[in-house]
Amino acid sequence: MKYEAPDTVEAAVGLLSSAQGTARVLAGGTDLLVQSRAGMVEPDLVVDIKRIAGMDAITEEDGGFRIGAAVSGAQLGEHDGVKAAWPGVVEGVELIGSTQVQGRATMIGNLCNGSPAADSVPAMIAAGATVHVVGPDGSRDVAVEEVVTGPGKLSLSKGELIASVFLPKPEAHSSDAYLRFIPRTEMDIAVVGAGVALTLDDSGTVSAARVALGAVAPTALLVDACAQAIVGTTLDDAALENLAAAASAACNPIDDKRGTIKYRTKVAGVLARRAAVIAKARAGETS
Amino acid sequence: MSRTHVTTTVNGDTVEFLCDPEETLLDALRDHLGLTGSKEGCASGDCGACTVKLDGRLVCSCLVLAAESVDRKVETIEGMADGDDLHPLQQKFLEMGALQCGICTPGFLVAAKDLLERNPEPSETQVRYCLAGNLCRCTGYDKIIRAVMETAEDMRGA
Repeated sequence: MKYEAPDTVEAAVGLLSSAQGTARVLAGGTDLLVQSRAGMVEPDLVVDIKRIAGMDAITEEDGGFRIGAAVSGAQLGEHDGVKAAWPGVVEGVELIGSTQVQGRATMIGNLCNGSPAADSVPAMIAAGATVHVVGPDGSRDVAVEEVVTGPGKLSLSKGELIASVFLPKPEAHSSDAYLRFIPRTEMDIAVVGAGVALTLDDSGTVSAARVALGAVAPTALLVDACAQAIVGTTLDDAALENLAAAASAACNPIDDKRGTIKYRTKVAGVLARRAAVIAKARAGETS
Repeated sequence: MSRTHVTTTVNGDTVEFLCDPEETLLDALRDHLGLTGSKEGCASGDCGACTVKLDGRLVCSCLVLAAESVDRKVETIEGMADGDDLHPLQQKFLEMGALQCGICTPGFLVAAKDLLERNPEPSETQVRYCLAGNLCRCTGYDKIIRAVMETAEDMRGA
């Protein structure tokens, strides 16, 4: 294994593009180092992106926030602006691992690990987040839901890396929430996760919504039917029932030691409706 | 395979070592620098026995490559006491017997010190959540939590 720590994005892309064998980007390393220790991945080249200027920065952009690929969960959790704008995204990121893991783990690493159970991903999808991909043929912005194509599989080409994620400016009277189910109080892998972002109009009716589910399919899902179930409603009981039914209907989970198909399908509906209620309460408190 | 020449700061001292690309910061601390206070428990970031601070953040040193530590600031358990004067947390762990086999103790101490620096008045729930990344296979949690709570109280009064 070769270790490189370039100080520009261009140099990082160059290294990744010309790499022979398996190349991996290193940000927080909380997945990569565990997997390479376990022999699940044997990188020939590791490109540490933390020496690249700006990778550890959170900057305001068009009323939203651009978060660099090396920003840790701990750093994100200390940022009052992002917490106020997208509390659901921050709570999703903060659910990843222990205090020590939070000191290193990044949301883009969580995304690029490609796990269907990644806690930050449904919240980012619900928020309408996009990632900035840089590669040998230039750069492009990609919706978060289009990055992961299957467990551990990404839509990135050879030489491409994700430099940042952009959380857009929330509309007025908007907020979000993320909930996950695990069998203990923390530090576990989601059995189901649900992220909801919604906007209220002046009468308290939901005027826009995005609902995403994790750990119930090969990738995190953006479920339009869930959004349709609550847009135009005040989240009355009937709307919440419809939301839960749409969430359960979208599930295509696996049976494993963490949860059965039947259980995950049921819990997806429960979490979607609970997250929607929290997001609505938060949206009502915003100006 | 090329070795990386690392110059960095550990507990305020400038140190140098050569490391292989696969070596972790924990390997470097223990094998190259002789700082064996940080322990390897799980080697997968679950147990916290290797906890150190890296540029002011609590991390598992088993999940950091040694080569990453160039020009960083590393703080380990060896830097916790001031000469012969133990840190109040260390003293309290001794007084209350907040350890059994002791393997997890350095990690708990480094993590608890960071917690009290960030939050001098934590609730018991906050202490338990903040230390959830430190596992004690002897399951001596109760005394550990009480020692941290009592130290926090003592330090506030001091």
